[in-house]
Amino acid sequence: MTQQDRSHQPQDVGSTMSDDHQTEDRRTEEDQTVEDQTVEDQTMEDQTMEDQTMDDQTVRRRGQDERGASDPAGEASQESRVRQDDDDALLPELVSHLRDHRTSLRQQWAERITQAHLLSSMTAQEVFTEATSVYDNYVEVLKTGSVQALKHYARDLSERIIPRGVETHEVVGIVLLLRDVLARSLFEKYREDFELLNRVLDAYEPAANRIANTVAVSFVEQRERVIRDQQDALLELSTPVLQVRERLLILPIIGVLDTPRAQQLTEQLLHSIRTHRAKLVVIDITGVANVDEAVANSLVDTVTASRLMGADVIITGLSSEIAQTLVTIGVDLSKMHTVGDLQGGIEEAERQLGFRVMKVPDEG
Amino acid sequence: MKVDTPDPPSTPLPASILSQGPNLIVSIHAALDDEQLVRLQRELLDLVGRNRSRGVLIDVGALDVLDSFAARTLGDLAYMAGLRGARTVVVGIAPEVAMALVRLAMRLPLTQTALDLEEGLAWLGS
Repeated sequence: MTQQDRSHQPQDVGSTMSDDHQTEDRRTEEDQTVEDQTVEDQTMEDQTMEDQTMDDQTVRRRGQDERGASDPAGEASQESRVRQDDDDALLPELVSHLRDHRTSLRQQWAERITQAHLLSSMTAQEVFTEATSVYDNYVEVLKTGSVQALKHYARDLSERIIPRGVETHEVVGIVLLLRDVLARSLFEKYREDFELLNRVLDAYEPAANRIANTVAVSFVEQRERVIRDQQDALLELSTPVLQVRERLLILPIIGVLDTPRAQQLTEQLLHSIRTHRAKLVVIDITGVANVDEAVANSLVDTVTASRLMGADVIITGLSSEIAQTLVTIGVDLSKMHTVGDLQGGIEEAERQLGFRVMKVPDEG
Repeated sequence: MKVDTPDPPSTPLPASILSQGPNLIVSIHAALDDEQLVRLQRELLDLVGRNRSRGVLIDVGALDVLDSFAARTLGDLAYMAGLRGARTVVVGIAPEVAMALVRLAMRLPLTQTALDLEEGLAWLGS
Protein backbone atom coordinates (compact mmCIF):
# COMPACT_ATOMS: atom_id res chain seq x y z
CA MET A 1 0.00 0.00 0.00
CA THR A 2 2.63 2.46 1.08
CA GLN A 3 4.83 1.54 -1.80
CA GLN A 4 2.04 2.33 -4.26
CA ASP A 5 1.26 5.58 -2.56
CA ARG A 6 4.83 6.55 -2.94
CA SER A 7 4.87 5.65 -6.59
CA HIS A 8 1.85 7.84 -7.20
CA GLN A 9 3.17 10.77 -5.26
CA PRO A 10 5.71 12.15 -7.73
CA GLN A 11 3.13 12.23 -10.51
CA ASP A 12 0.73 14.26 -8.41
CA VAL A 13 3.40 16.66 -7.31
CA GLY A 14 4.61 17.04 -10.87
CA SER A 15 1.22 17.93 -12.27
CA THR A 16 0.41 20.41 -9.53
CA MET A 17 3.76 22.05 -9.93
CA SER A 18 3.36 22.55 -13.65
CA ASP A 19 -0.12 23.96 -13.05
CA ASP A 20 1.24 26.39 -10.52
CA HIS A 21 3.95 27.44 -12.91
CA GLN A 22 1.51 28.22 -15.63
CA THR A 23 -0.63 30.39 -13.43
CA GLU A 24 2.42 32.05 -12.01
CA ASP A 25 3.80 32.83 -15.45
CA ARG A 26 0.57 34.40 -16.48
CA ARG A 27 0.42 36.37 -13.28
CA THR A 28 3.90 37.82 -13.72
CA GLU A 29 3.12 38.84 -17.27
CA GLU A 30 0.12 40.71 -16.09
CA ASP A 31 1.98 42.18 -13.19
CA GLN A 32 4.56 43.70 -15.48
CA THR A 33 2.04 45.48 -17.64
CA VAL A 34 -0.67 46.47 -15.22
CA GLU A 35 0.66 46.40 -11.75
CA ASP A 36 -1.88 48.69 -10.19
CA GLN A 37 -4.63 46.96 -12.12
CA THR A 38 -4.09 43.63 -10.43
CA VAL A 39 -4.79 45.07 -7.06
CA GLU A 40 -7.97 46.61 -8.32
CA ASP A 41 -8.97 43.39 -10.02
CA GLN A 42 -8.42 41.54 -6.82
CA THR A 43 -10.70 43.78 -4.87
CA MET A 44 -13.21 43.67 -7.65
CA GLU A 45 -13.19 39.91 -7.69
CA ASP A 46 -13.63 39.84 -3.98
CA GLN A 47 -16.54 42.15 -4.30
CA THR A 48 -18.17 39.98 -6.89
CA MET A 49 -17.79 36.95 -4.73
CA GLU A 50 -19.04 38.59 -1.60
CA ASP A 51 -21.80 40.57 -3.15
CA GLN A 52 -23.74 37.88 -4.88
CA THR A 53 -26.96 39.78 -5.04
CA MET A 54 -25.48 42.54 -7.13
CA ASP A 55 -26.08 42.23 -10.82
CA ASP A 56 -23.08 40.57 -12.43
CA GLN A 57 -23.28 42.62 -15.55
CA THR A 58 -23.07 45.88 -13.67
CA VAL A 59 -20.09 44.79 -11.69
CA ARG A 60 -18.26 43.75 -14.78
CA ARG A 61 -19.05 46.97 -16.56
CA ARG A 62 -17.88 48.94 -13.60
CA GLY A 63 -14.66 46.94 -13.54
CA GLN A 64 -14.13 47.69 -17.21
CA ASP A 65 -14.66 51.37 -16.64
CA GLU A 66 -12.21 51.48 -13.81
CA ARG A 67 -9.65 49.69 -15.88
CA GLY A 68 -10.20 51.93 -18.85
CA ALA A 69 -9.77 55.02 -16.72
CA SER A 70 -6.52 54.14 -15.03
CA ASP A 71 -4.87 52.26 -17.89
CA PRO A 72 -2.06 54.17 -19.59
CA ALA A 73 -1.41 51.53 -22.32
CA GLY A 74 -2.55 51.58 -25.98
CA GLU A 75 -5.99 50.73 -27.26
CA ALA A 76 -5.38 47.35 -28.87
CA SER A 77 -3.43 45.84 -25.98
CA GLN A 78 -5.97 47.28 -23.60
CA GLU A 79 -8.73 45.51 -25.46
CA SER A 80 -7.08 42.10 -25.17
CA ARG A 81 -6.11 42.70 -21.60
CA VAL A 82 -9.60 43.67 -20.64
CA ARG A 83 -10.80 40.45 -22.17
CA GLN A 84 -8.15 38.53 -20.29
CA ASP A 85 -9.14 40.13 -17.02
CA ASP A 86 -12.75 39.58 -17.89
CA ASP A 87 -12.13 35.89 -18.39
CA ASP A 88 -10.50 35.76 -14.98
CA ALA A 89 -13.54 37.46 -13.57
CA LEU A 90 -15.89 35.13 -15.39
CA LEU A 91 -15.14 32.11 -13.24
CA PRO A 92 -16.16 33.76 -9.94
CA GLU A 93 -19.27 34.93 -11.71
CA LEU A 94 -19.91 31.39 -12.90
CA VAL A 95 -19.35 30.07 -9.41
CA SER A 96 -21.85 32.47 -7.91
CA HIS A 97 -24.35 31.50 -10.58
CA LEU A 98 -23.90 27.82 -9.78
CA ARG A 99 -24.21 28.57 -6.06
CA ASP A 100 -27.42 30.47 -6.55
CA HIS A 101 -29.02 27.68 -8.51
CA ARG A 102 -27.55 24.92 -6.42
CA THR A 103 -30.84 23.30 -5.43
CA SER A 104 -32.46 23.18 -8.84
CA LEU A 105 -29.31 22.14 -10.71
CA ARG A 106 -28.53 19.45 -8.21
CA GLN A 107 -32.05 18.13 -8.45
CA GLN A 108 -31.84 18.16 -12.23
CA TRP A 109 -28.57 16.30 -12.12
CA ALA A 110 -29.83 13.62 -9.74
CA GLU A 111 -32.80 13.09 -12.03
CA ARG A 112 -30.55 12.74 -15.04
CA ILE A 113 -28.46 10.19 -13.17
CA THR A 114 -31.53 8.12 -12.39
CA GLN A 115 -32.79 8.43 -15.96
CA ALA A 116 -29.49 7.21 -17.33
CA HIS A 117 -29.61 4.22 -14.94
CA LEU A 118 -26.23 5.13 -13.52
CA LEU A 119 -25.25 4.22 -9.96
CA SER A 120 -28.02 1.64 -10.01
CA SER A 121 -26.42 -0.15 -7.09
CA MET A 122 -27.07 2.82 -4.81
CA THR A 123 -30.36 4.04 -3.36
CA ALA A 124 -31.87 7.31 -4.53
CA GLN A 125 -31.07 8.85 -1.16
CA GLU A 126 -27.42 7.86 -1.43
CA VAL A 127 -27.21 9.12 -4.98
CA PHE A 128 -28.61 12.44 -3.86
CA THR A 129 -26.17 12.72 -0.95
CA GLU A 130 -23.20 11.89 -3.15
CA ALA A 131 -24.51 14.21 -5.83
CA THR A 132 -24.67 17.05 -3.32
CA SER A 133 -21.10 16.62 -2.17
CA VAL A 134 -19.82 16.12 -5.71
CA TYR A 135 -21.67 19.25 -6.77
CA ASP A 136 -20.18 21.31 -3.95
CA ASN A 137 -16.73 20.01 -4.66
CA TYR A 138 -17.21 20.72 -8.33
CA VAL A 139 -18.14 24.33 -7.65
CA GLU A 140 -15.27 24.63 -5.19
CA VAL A 141 -12.79 23.49 -7.82
CA LEU A 142 -14.24 25.89 -10.37
CA LYS A 143 -13.74 28.65 -7.83
CA THR A 144 -10.23 27.84 -6.59
CA GLY A 145 -8.92 26.08 -9.68
CA SER A 146 -7.15 23.60 -7.41
CA VAL A 147 -7.91 19.98 -8.13
CA GLN A 148 -5.94 18.81 -5.10
CA ALA A 149 -8.93 18.79 -2.77
CA LEU A 150 -11.05 17.17 -5.44
CA LYS A 151 -8.44 14.46 -5.85
CA HIS A 152 -8.72 13.60 -2.18
CA TYR A 153 -12.46 13.66 -2.36
CA ALA A 154 -12.50 11.49 -5.49
CA ARG A 155 -10.22 9.00 -3.78
CA ASP A 156 -12.49 8.86 -0.76
CA LEU A 157 -15.52 8.54 -2.97
CA SER A 158 -13.90 5.71 -4.94
CA GLU A 159 -13.00 3.91 -1.73
CA ARG A 160 -16.62 4.12 -0.69
CA ILE A 161 -18.27 3.14 -3.93
CA ILE A 162 -15.89 0.57 -5.41
CA PRO A 163 -16.98 -2.10 -2.92
CA ARG A 164 -20.56 -1.31 -3.94
CA GLY A 165 -19.76 -2.48 -7.44
CA VAL A 166 -19.84 0.90 -9.15
CA GLU A 167 -18.24 0.73 -12.58
CA THR A 168 -15.84 3.16 -14.18
CA HIS A 169 -18.32 4.15 -16.88
CA GLU A 170 -20.84 5.13 -14.20
CA VAL A 171 -18.44 7.45 -12.43
CA VAL A 172 -17.32 9.06 -15.67
CA GLY A 173 -20.95 9.17 -16.74
CA ILE A 174 -22.20 11.10 -13.72
CA VAL A 175 -19.39 13.65 -13.91
CA LEU A 176 -20.07 14.20 -17.59
CA LEU A 177 -23.78 14.52 -16.82
CA LEU A 178 -23.05 17.21 -14.26
CA ARG A 179 -20.86 18.97 -16.77
CA ASP A 180 -23.73 18.77 -19.23
CA VAL A 181 -26.34 20.01 -16.77
CA LEU A 182 -24.21 22.98 -15.76
CA ALA A 183 -23.35 23.83 -19.35
CA ARG A 184 -27.04 23.81 -20.23
CA SER A 185 -27.81 26.19 -17.41
CA LEU A 186 -25.07 28.47 -18.70
CA PHE A 187 -26.55 28.37 -22.19
CA GLU A 188 -29.87 29.26 -20.63
CA LYS A 189 -28.44 32.16 -18.78
CA TYR A 190 -26.31 33.73 -21.49
CA ARG A 191 -28.27 32.89 -24.58
CA GLU A 192 -28.95 36.59 -25.20
CA ASP A 193 -25.31 37.44 -25.60
CA PHE A 194 -23.54 34.95 -27.83
CA GLU A 195 -20.17 36.67 -27.49
CA LEU A 196 -20.33 36.50 -23.72
CA LEU A 197 -21.55 32.91 -23.79
CA ASN A 198 -18.51 31.96 -25.81
CA ARG A 199 -16.20 33.52 -23.28
CA VAL A 200 -18.06 31.93 -20.41
CA LEU A 201 -17.66 28.55 -22.06
CA ASP A 202 -13.98 29.30 -22.69
CA ALA A 203 -13.56 29.71 -18.98
CA TYR A 204 -15.85 26.87 -18.01
CA GLU A 205 -14.84 24.10 -20.39
CA PRO A 206 -11.17 23.66 -19.43
CA ALA A 207 -12.01 23.67 -15.74
CA ALA A 208 -14.84 21.20 -16.25
CA ASN A 209 -12.66 18.94 -18.36
CA ARG A 210 -9.97 19.00 -15.73
CA ILE A 211 -12.48 18.01 -13.09
CA ALA A 212 -13.89 15.15 -15.16
CA ASN A 213 -10.36 14.01 -15.86
CA THR A 214 -9.35 14.16 -12.22
CA VAL A 215 -12.34 12.21 -10.99
CA ALA A 216 -11.97 9.52 -13.63
CA VAL A 217 -8.25 9.13 -13.07
CA SER A 218 -8.65 9.00 -9.30
CA PHE A 219 -11.32 6.36 -9.63
CA VAL A 220 -9.26 4.19 -11.94
CA GLU A 221 -6.17 4.64 -9.78
CA GLN A 222 -8.10 3.58 -6.73
CA ARG A 223 -9.39 0.55 -8.58
CA GLU A 224 -5.94 -0.42 -9.74
CA ARG A 225 -4.68 -0.01 -6.21
CA VAL A 226 -7.32 -2.44 -4.98
CA ILE A 227 -6.34 -4.93 -7.66
CA ARG A 228 -2.66 -4.62 -6.86
CA ASP A 229 -3.30 -5.05 -3.15
CA GLN A 230 -5.22 -8.20 -3.85
CA GLN A 231 -2.46 -9.50 -6.07
CA ASP A 232 0.09 -8.86 -3.36
CA ALA A 233 -2.10 -10.53 -0.79
CA LEU A 234 -2.47 -13.52 -3.05
CA LEU A 235 1.25 -13.77 -3.54
CA GLU A 236 1.85 -13.58 0.18
CA LEU A 237 -0.78 -16.14 1.02
CA SER A 238 0.86 -18.22 -1.60
CA THR A 239 2.25 -21.53 -0.76
CA PRO A 240 3.23 -23.36 2.35
CA VAL A 241 5.87 -26.03 2.05
CA LEU A 242 4.97 -28.70 4.56
CA GLN A 243 6.88 -31.63 5.91
CA VAL A 244 4.66 -34.69 6.29
CA ARG A 245 7.26 -37.37 6.91
CA GLU A 246 10.93 -37.27 7.61
CA ARG A 247 12.54 -36.02 4.40
CA LEU A 248 9.21 -35.78 2.58
CA LEU A 249 7.72 -32.39 1.74
CA ILE A 250 4.40 -31.55 0.20
CA LEU A 251 3.69 -28.38 -1.72
CA PRO A 252 0.03 -27.78 -2.48
CA ILE A 253 -0.37 -25.11 -5.14
CA ILE A 254 -3.69 -23.28 -5.25
CA GLY A 255 -4.74 -20.52 -7.59
CA VAL A 256 -3.10 -19.01 -10.59
CA LEU A 257 0.45 -20.03 -11.30
CA ASP A 258 2.15 -17.28 -13.27
CA THR A 259 5.83 -16.72 -13.84
CA PRO A 260 6.61 -14.52 -10.81
CA ARG A 261 4.71 -16.84 -8.51
CA ALA A 262 6.33 -19.93 -10.01
CA GLN A 263 9.70 -18.37 -9.39
CA GLN A 264 8.93 -17.40 -5.82
CA LEU A 265 7.54 -20.86 -5.24
CA THR A 266 10.60 -22.58 -6.65
CA GLU A 267 12.85 -20.48 -4.49
CA GLN A 268 10.84 -21.28 -1.39
CA LEU A 269 10.82 -24.96 -2.22
CA LEU A 270 14.57 -25.13 -2.79
CA HIS A 271 15.30 -23.47 0.53
CA SER A 272 12.90 -25.83 2.26
CA ILE A 273 14.59 -28.78 0.62
CA ARG A 274 17.84 -27.64 2.13
CA THR A 275 16.50 -26.93 5.62
CA HIS A 276 14.44 -30.10 5.84
CA ARG A 277 17.02 -32.19 3.99
CA ALA A 278 14.21 -33.46 1.84
CA LYS A 279 14.66 -36.40 -0.49
CA LEU A 280 11.22 -36.26 -2.01
CA VAL A 281 8.72 -33.53 -2.75
CA VAL A 282 5.09 -34.03 -3.69
CA ILE A 283 3.72 -31.06 -5.61
CA ASP A 284 -0.06 -31.10 -5.74
CA ILE A 285 -1.63 -28.97 -8.46
CA THR A 286 -5.27 -29.92 -7.90
CA GLY A 287 -5.99 -26.29 -7.03
CA VAL A 288 -4.38 -24.81 -10.12
CA ALA A 289 -7.22 -23.66 -12.32
CA ASN A 290 -5.39 -23.47 -15.56
CA VAL A 291 -2.26 -25.11 -16.83
CA ASP A 292 -0.82 -23.73 -20.02
CA GLU A 293 2.55 -24.07 -21.64
CA ALA A 294 4.21 -21.45 -19.44
CA VAL A 295 2.93 -23.06 -16.25
CA ALA A 296 3.96 -26.51 -17.42
CA ASN A 297 7.43 -25.28 -18.29
CA SER A 298 7.83 -23.56 -14.96
CA LEU A 299 6.83 -26.81 -13.28
CA VAL A 300 9.49 -28.62 -15.29
CA ASP A 301 11.99 -25.98 -14.14
CA THR A 302 10.96 -26.46 -10.54
CA VAL A 303 11.44 -30.19 -10.86
CA THR A 304 14.82 -29.78 -12.53
CA ALA A 305 16.04 -27.35 -9.90
CA SER A 306 14.87 -29.68 -7.13
CA ARG A 307 16.74 -32.55 -8.73
CA LEU A 308 19.89 -30.43 -8.76
CA MET A 309 19.39 -30.11 -5.02
CA GLY A 310 19.13 -33.87 -4.78
CA ALA A 311 15.39 -34.11 -4.21
CA ASP A 312 13.03 -36.00 -6.49
CA VAL A 313 9.61 -34.60 -7.27
CA ILE A 314 6.27 -36.31 -7.66
CA ILE A 315 3.50 -34.24 -9.23
CA THR A 316 -0.07 -35.06 -8.33
CA GLY A 317 -3.52 -33.77 -9.10
CA LEU A 318 -3.35 -33.42 -12.87
CA SER A 319 -7.01 -33.36 -13.88
CA SER A 320 -8.11 -35.07 -17.07
CA GLU A 321 -8.63 -31.71 -18.77
CA ILE A 322 -5.15 -30.60 -17.86
CA ALA A 323 -3.67 -33.88 -19.01
CA GLN A 324 -5.44 -33.49 -22.35
CA THR A 325 -4.33 -29.88 -22.68
CA LEU A 326 -0.73 -30.73 -21.96
CA VAL A 327 -0.68 -33.50 -24.53
CA THR A 328 -2.43 -31.31 -27.10
CA ILE A 329 -0.02 -28.41 -26.74
CA GLY A 330 2.86 -30.82 -26.74
CA VAL A 331 4.54 -30.16 -23.41
CA ASP A 332 7.01 -32.88 -22.61
CA LEU A 333 6.41 -34.11 -19.09
CA SER A 334 7.93 -37.50 -19.70
CA LYS A 335 10.75 -36.81 -17.28
CA MET A 336 8.31 -35.95 -14.53
CA HIS A 337 6.99 -38.46 -12.13
CA THR A 338 3.23 -38.00 -11.90
CA VAL A 339 0.67 -39.74 -9.74
CA GLY A 340 -3.10 -39.31 -9.88
CA ASP A 341 -3.95 -37.69 -6.59
CA LEU A 342 -2.26 -36.39 -3.46
CA GLN A 343 -2.95 -39.55 -1.48
CA GLY A 344 -1.41 -41.69 -4.18
CA GLY A 345 1.55 -39.34 -4.34
CA ILE A 346 2.19 -39.50 -0.63
CA GLU A 347 1.84 -43.29 -0.61
CA GLU A 348 4.27 -43.59 -3.49
CA ALA A 349 6.71 -41.26 -1.75
CA GLU A 350 6.45 -43.23 1.48
CA ARG A 351 7.17 -46.39 -0.41
CA GLN A 352 10.25 -44.85 -1.99
CA LEU A 353 11.47 -43.57 1.35
CA GLY A 354 10.90 -46.95 2.99
CA PHE A 355 7.96 -46.07 5.18
CA ARG A 356 5.16 -48.50 5.62
CA VAL A 357 1.91 -47.13 6.96
CA MET A 358 -0.43 -49.69 8.50
CA LYS A 359 -3.85 -49.45 9.99
CA VAL A 360 -3.87 -50.66 13.58
CA PRO A 361 -6.83 -52.94 14.21
CA ASP A 362 -9.18 -51.62 16.89
CA GLU A 363 -8.69 -53.10 20.30
CA GLY A 364 -11.97 -54.59 21.45
CA MET B 1 49.45 -41.72 -23.87
CA LYS B 2 52.02 -39.18 -22.99
CA VAL B 3 50.75 -36.77 -20.47
CA ASP B 4 52.58 -33.49 -20.87
CA THR B 5 53.60 -32.36 -17.45
CA PRO B 6 52.13 -28.96 -16.77
CA ASP B 7 54.28 -26.15 -15.48
CA PRO B 8 54.38 -26.12 -11.71
CA PRO B 9 51.14 -24.28 -10.94
CA SER B 10 51.76 -20.78 -9.73
CA THR B 11 48.70 -20.89 -7.51
CA PRO B 12 47.38 -24.00 -5.86
CA LEU B 13 43.91 -24.98 -6.89
CA PRO B 14 41.29 -23.72 -4.46
CA ALA B 15 40.05 -27.28 -4.25
CA SER B 16 41.14 -30.37 -2.40
CA ILE B 17 40.97 -33.91 -3.67
CA LEU B 18 40.74 -36.53 -0.93
CA SER B 19 40.78 -40.26 -1.31
CA GLN B 20 38.27 -42.06 0.83
CA GLY B 21 38.22 -45.80 0.30
CA PRO B 22 37.13 -46.44 -3.24
CA ASN B 23 35.95 -42.87 -3.69
CA LEU B 24 37.49 -39.52 -4.47
CA ILE B 25 36.06 -36.56 -2.69
CA VAL B 26 36.59 -33.21 -4.34
CA SER B 27 35.82 -30.16 -2.31
CA ILE B 28 35.83 -26.85 -4.13
CA HIS B 29 36.48 -23.95 -1.78
CA ALA B 30 36.17 -20.97 -4.05
CA ALA B 31 35.12 -20.08 -7.56
CA LEU B 32 37.45 -21.56 -10.17
CA ASP B 33 38.34 -19.79 -13.36
CA ASP B 34 38.25 -21.63 -16.65
CA GLU B 35 41.91 -22.57 -16.63
CA GLN B 36 41.67 -23.91 -13.10
CA LEU B 37 38.60 -25.92 -14.01
CA VAL B 38 40.43 -27.60 -16.85
CA ARG B 39 43.36 -28.29 -14.53
CA LEU B 40 41.03 -29.80 -11.95
CA GLN B 41 39.42 -31.95 -14.61
CA ARG B 42 42.77 -33.27 -15.77
CA GLU B 43 44.12 -33.95 -12.28
CA LEU B 44 40.95 -35.66 -11.22
CA LEU B 45 40.78 -37.95 -14.24
CA ASP B 46 44.42 -38.76 -13.68
CA LEU B 47 43.73 -39.70 -10.07
CA VAL B 48 40.69 -41.80 -10.97
CA GLY B 49 42.93 -43.94 -13.11
CA ARG B 50 45.74 -44.07 -10.58
CA ASN B 51 43.55 -44.91 -7.56
CA ARG B 52 41.17 -47.13 -9.52
CA SER B 53 38.38 -45.18 -7.90
CA ARG B 54 34.79 -46.40 -8.11
CA GLY B 55 33.16 -43.10 -7.31
CA VAL B 56 33.77 -39.36 -7.47
CA LEU B 57 31.99 -36.87 -5.28
CA ILE B 58 32.24 -33.18 -6.09
CA ASP B 59 31.13 -30.77 -3.40
CA VAL B 60 30.22 -27.34 -4.78
CA GLY B 61 28.54 -26.17 -1.60
CA ALA B 62 30.92 -23.25 -1.20
CA LEU B 63 30.06 -21.81 -4.60
CA ASP B 64 27.38 -19.20 -4.95
CA VAL B 65 27.91 -18.96 -8.70
CA LEU B 66 28.20 -21.70 -11.26
CA ASP B 67 28.60 -20.37 -14.77
CA SER B 68 27.81 -22.22 -17.95
CA PHE B 69 31.40 -23.25 -18.56
CA ALA B 70 31.74 -24.66 -15.06
CA ALA B 71 28.46 -26.52 -15.39
CA ARG B 72 29.51 -28.02 -18.69
CA THR B 73 32.95 -28.93 -17.40
CA LEU B 74 31.40 -30.71 -14.42
CA GLY B 75 29.04 -32.53 -16.77
CA ASP B 76 31.93 -33.55 -19.03
CA LEU B 77 33.95 -34.59 -16.02
CA ALA B 78 31.16 -36.87 -14.82
CA TYR B 79 30.90 -38.42 -18.24
CA MET B 80 34.68 -38.92 -18.59
CA ALA B 81 34.96 -40.35 -15.08
CA GLY B 82 32.11 -42.69 -15.98
CA LEU B 83 34.09 -43.84 -19.01
CA ARG B 84 36.98 -44.67 -16.69
CA GLY B 85 34.68 -46.60 -14.37
CA ALA B 86 33.82 -44.11 -11.65
CA ARG B 87 30.31 -42.87 -10.87
CA THR B 88 30.14 -39.16 -10.21
CA VAL B 89 27.82 -37.21 -7.98
CA VAL B 90 27.71 -33.45 -7.56
CA VAL B 91 26.54 -32.34 -4.13
CA GLY B 92 25.72 -29.12 -2.31
CA ILE B 93 24.25 -27.04 -5.12
CA ALA B 94 22.81 -23.97 -3.43
CA PRO B 95 19.18 -23.03 -4.10
CA GLU B 96 20.22 -19.85 -5.90
CA VAL B 97 22.66 -21.76 -8.07
CA ALA B 98 20.01 -24.34 -8.91
CA MET B 99 17.57 -21.59 -9.88
CA ALA B 100 20.17 -19.88 -12.02
CA LEU B 101 21.15 -23.09 -13.78
CA VAL B 102 17.53 -23.86 -14.57
CA ARG B 103 16.76 -20.35 -15.68
CA LEU B 104 19.73 -20.36 -18.02
CA ALA B 105 18.32 -23.60 -19.40
CA MET B 106 21.46 -25.46 -18.44
CA ARG B 107 21.11 -29.01 -17.36
CA LEU B 108 23.76 -31.11 -15.79
CA PRO B 109 23.18 -34.02 -18.12
CA LEU B 110 24.19 -37.45 -16.98
CA THR B 111 25.17 -35.98 -13.67
CA GLN B 112 23.76 -37.31 -10.47
CA THR B 113 23.17 -34.65 -7.85
CA ALA B 114 22.58 -34.95 -4.12
CA LEU B 115 21.81 -32.60 -1.30
CA ASP B 116 25.06 -32.81 0.60
CA LEU B 117 28.15 -34.87 1.31
CA GLU B 118 26.26 -37.39 3.40
CA GLU B 119 23.64 -37.99 0.74
CA GLY B 120 26.26 -38.18 -1.95
CA LEU B 121 28.28 -40.78 -0.07
CA ALA B 122 25.12 -42.78 0.60
CA TRP B 123 24.40 -42.80 -3.11
CA LEU B 124 27.98 -43.80 -3.97
CA GLY B 125 27.85 -46.57 -1.38
CA SER B 126 24.58 -48.00 -2.61
